[in-house]
Amino acid sequence: MEKIIFKKPNSMKDALTHYCAGCGHGIIHRLVCEVIDELGIREKVIAVAPVGCAVIAYDYWNFDTTEAAHGRTPAVATGIKRVYPEKVVFTYQGDGDLAAIGTAETIHAANRGENITVIFVNNGVYGMTGGQMAPTTIVGQRTTTTKKGRDLKRDGFPLKISEMIAILEGAKYIERTAVSSPKEILRTKRAIKKAFEIQIKNEGFSMVEVLSMCPTYWGMSPEDSCKRIEKDIQKVYPLGVLKG
Amino acid sequence: MKTKNRILITGNEACGEGAIQAGCRFYAGYPITPQNELTAYMSKRMDETGGVFIQAESELAAINMVFGASVAGARAITTSSSPGISLKQEGISYLAGCELPAVIVNIMRGGPGLGNIAPSQADYFQATKGGGHGDYHCTVLAPASCQEMMDLTRTAFDIADKYRSPVIILGDGILGQMMEAVEINQKSRAKKQKSKPWALTGCKGRKPNKIRSLLLKDGELEDLNRRLQKKYELIKKNETRLEQYKTEDAKIIIAAYGTSGRIAKACVDRLREKKIKAGLFRPISLWPFPYKALRKLGTGSTKFLVVEMSTGQMVEDVRLAVQNDKKVSFYGRTGGGIPSEEEIMEKALSLK
Repeated sequence: MEKIIFKKPNSMKDALTHYCAGCGHGIIHRLVCEVIDELGIREKVIAVAPVGCAVIAYDYWNFDTTEAAHGRTPAVATGIKRVYPEKVVFTYQGDGDLAAIGTAETIHAANRGENITVIFVNNGVYGMTGGQMAPTTIVGQRTTTTKKGRDLKRDGFPLKISEMIAILEGAKYIERTAVSSPKEILRTKRAIKKAFEIQIKNEGFSMVEVLSMCPTYWGMSPEDSCKRIEKDIQKVYPLGVLKG
Repeated sequence: MKTKNRILITGNEACGEGAIQAGCRFYAGYPITPQNELTAYMSKRMDETGGVFIQAESELAAINMVFGASVAGARAITTSSSPGISLKQEGISYLAGCELPAVIVNIMRGGPGLGNIAPSQADYFQATKGGGHGDYHCTVLAPASCQEMMDLTRTAFDIADKYRSPVIILGDGILGQMMEAVEINQKSRAKKQKSKPWALTGCKGRKPNKIRSLLLKDGELEDLNRRLQKKYELIKKNETRLEQYKTEDAKIIIAAYGTSGRIAKACVDRLREKKIKAGLFRPISLWPFPYKALRKLGTGSTKFLVVEMSTGQMVEDVRLAVQNDKKVSFYGRTGGGIPSEEEIMEKALSLK
């Protein structure tokens, strides 16, 4: 007798994504969808897609999803959640959306203790617009707007926004994970599940920051990109539970 | 039996009450003068009615919270004054692009920049000609009394829902701050709201809904814009509103809206006392602008005097309607200045 041991989650549409080879978004999309399936909440999820590489996430997700203006994602999620406190509302945002143009919305949604979940994908670069410096770009990293590498004097420091949010009383659960290896992918899934469970239990703001690969704009192979997360990126952005 | 219930209330509060009557139970806003009474009133009334009140961290957040509430199918409102409305323009463009209903109230103050907190009508262009990026229009309603602040705000929700399109209430500091007796009657009750099958409610028992204005495939965005334009044609046909006062035999017609219209109406009576056949043409919908009605009045020898609390914005629409620039004169005060009856009278008499 045949037994199914691996299949696409119901929460995922049967579609080819537009993501580059080795990009972490596909993995993280899938993890979110697996968790939503496992929690049995697909029909009560309302998602908010960002502006950035994941802008058309609604073409891959098999649940209600809206777009939001760049960075206003947590404000839009706030509006939805306040109308429907019993639904499960999450945002999916990149580092530009969450930690640059949307910094105020992110911090205040967390500080109000909005009972929403934020999936924060940190790949340290603006992918959609062609590889510019992000607020999270590490010092020395070359991008199209930091040709000689991020220079502290000119460009300032990488923004550790999860650490900032972790000190807020309204934030319930903040964890940083990575998708650079099977082990870390499984950890990321557990963190995402916990974040959703916290919302379902009405405990407040939850966020998972996921360190993710962008081989295209890091200028390296997918394999080397995974190694870079473990060797360089985690030194600036250490993994672990920051709050909760 | 019609029950009458008159209350003394500020324009700001009347506007808020109109929203409550419309069944609006979602408010997000940010403090700014001269509309703070409205935010305070909504904080109280949302508590009393079990609605949502959020004092947002910015105007950007407030309009996008309203966007979210609208995505979820709720009747939602945000209110502000000129500089704050500038910040909301991005969100208004997204509301238009995503075909989401919402009501935005602008209690105008003097500009540009931080300007002052005195009443103004200098945001006419911003409200009626777009405001944000892209090929869109908001329906713009201009009350001239506390009663209209209430009634037009209530109506604004019906228009917003019917056409899935944002509606702006364009008031000013005088309308917001002044108190008048306002009648709440049977009509004030909320109509039954239509269902919104497009809203995001969780996809139980149906296919997932998506709300977006991003249309990348060849021709898709042009199609959306064509559809929006068709909708705007319907709004022009169905939602053009105006008041005409003694215009039938008028030789001088003062065209003014909102507070200016209120002042101009008194001038019409004073001119009539002087045996001058004056009339008032007061657009209530600024977009759609009542071009046709004005064009009809413009066929004879009648002269027009446009009065605004700006250096001349609506006057461009009046010229478009009348199609004879020689017949259209303008008098305006700006930067928080308010035209007096005497100033308007003097200008009107000079046209004779």
